[in-house]
Amino acid sequence: MRKVSVKDITKAVRGLCISAACDLEPDVVSAIRAAKAKEESPLGAEVLGQIVENFEIAAHEGLPMCQDTGISVFFLEVGRQVELDGSLRDAVNEGVRQGYKDGYMRKSVCHPLKRTNTGDNTPAIIHTEIVEGDGIRIKIAPKGAGSENMSRLKMLKPAEGVEGIKDFVVETVTVAGGNPCPPIVVGVGVGGSFEKSAILAKKALLRPLGTPNEDRDLSALEAELLDRINRLGIGPMGFGGTTTALAVHIEAYPCHIASLPVAVNIQCHADRHKEVTI
Amino acid sequence: MTEPIKITPPLTDATVEKLRAGDKVLITGVLYTARDAAHKRLIELLDRGGKLPFEIKGQIIYYVGPTPERPGQVIGSAGPTTSGRMDAYTPRLIELGLKGMVGKGARSKEVLEAVRKHKSVYMAAVGGAAALIARSIRKAEIIAYEDLGPEAIRRLEVVDFPAIVVNDVHGGDLFAEGVARYRRQP
Repeated sequence: MRKVSVKDITKAVRGLCISAACDLEPDVVSAIRAAKAKEESPLGAEVLGQIVENFEIAAHEGLPMCQDTGISVFFLEVGRQVELDGSLRDAVNEGVRQGYKDGYMRKSVCHPLKRTNTGDNTPAIIHTEIVEGDGIRIKIAPKGAGSENMSRLKMLKPAEGVEGIKDFVVETVTVAGGNPCPPIVVGVGVGGSFEKSAILAKKALLRPLGTPNEDRDLSALEAELLDRINRLGIGPMGFGGTTTALAVHIEAYPCHIASLPVAVNIQCHADRHKEVTI
Repeated sequence: MTEPIKITPPLTDATVEKLRAGDKVLITGVLYTARDAAHKRLIELLDRGGKLPFEIKGQIIYYVGPTPERPGQVIGSAGPTTSGRMDAYTPRLIELGLKGMVGKGARSKEVLEAVRKHKSVYMAAVGGAAALIARSIRKAEIIAYEDLGPEAIRRLEVVDFPAIVVNDVHGGDLFAEGVARYRRQP
């Protein structure tokens, strides 16, 4: 067994919260720059130019790129040979508490009915898996509400098949329009159960941007959907244009013979994610 | 691209009538901030016969909940939030003389009707461009509902705050026009 102190987890989480808010990952930066070069709408290209200028300022000055610094979503992979000296959940939440305070970030978490703010951006959403090995991999994906609110889930009839999946994804992006701050990344979870499809859709967003699914059928579907979405004309911020999505990522899982769950998780252009392994 | 149009609140009917969907504008002067929670309180206040915490005639509301400012900063990052969440409250404020709104995303039919009927304008700022937009904000002061934190009503003084006209008094709609122009058949 390898002993890991929860204090080290708190410290790592604090750092991840701040760096994710200020410093866009290189895969997203290059995708937005490439989109700007290709955008046919002059206004759309100008908007993409402002987006580029904004993330440069944020990274250079250590400022949050968006005022919606999000609800903190974590995917933890804990090696089965790790022995912790305290609560993993408490350690992560303490890291969020410290990161959001020290990083001057907006606290955006509240009671669902009373709408009172918890004041420190906790509790975080934590998904934990036990894996082989003696390390802990921490992935953070802070999520703003503008794009999260445009996400949808539908239990399709198996008879609707692949065409039904395509139509639901395209319809979701169409309904979202300019709300989720396009250019967006579209995460799709197909199969599993009601909740599994939603988690798959979120996990799909964590794949390095534009890396196709290893399954050929799914990667072909990703390419076809990206093309259809970029023909919708929504464009940057919905002002019209040829760049509506930067990528479509699909993850699939076997499901019940009577079911076909499809979840679509929409991510804004401030596609923030970071990871560290302890 | 055409040159941006400079505007300064309080806006008059004549200024608003000149603005067309797709026009770029630069706002200099005062903007008031309000999001969901503040709008809810404003409407409840009006229902009780109260007086709004600021004179709304001719003014512009910016839908934003900024990050906390660092020492020495005027305001933290301050990009627009989704305007549609304010749709239920907006027509009432437009009837009272609200002349402009800045946010992101589409508005309801009711809001667009009020925009046309009472001569107002809906503008969008670039969502997510929060560090860039904050540079145009020179002064920020909480004037109501401090307990709401990021959702408190602030009075901002801005210089050349960049926005784009989405819905004008003539029925122009940048979202519909943009999509129609760039939509390609599959």
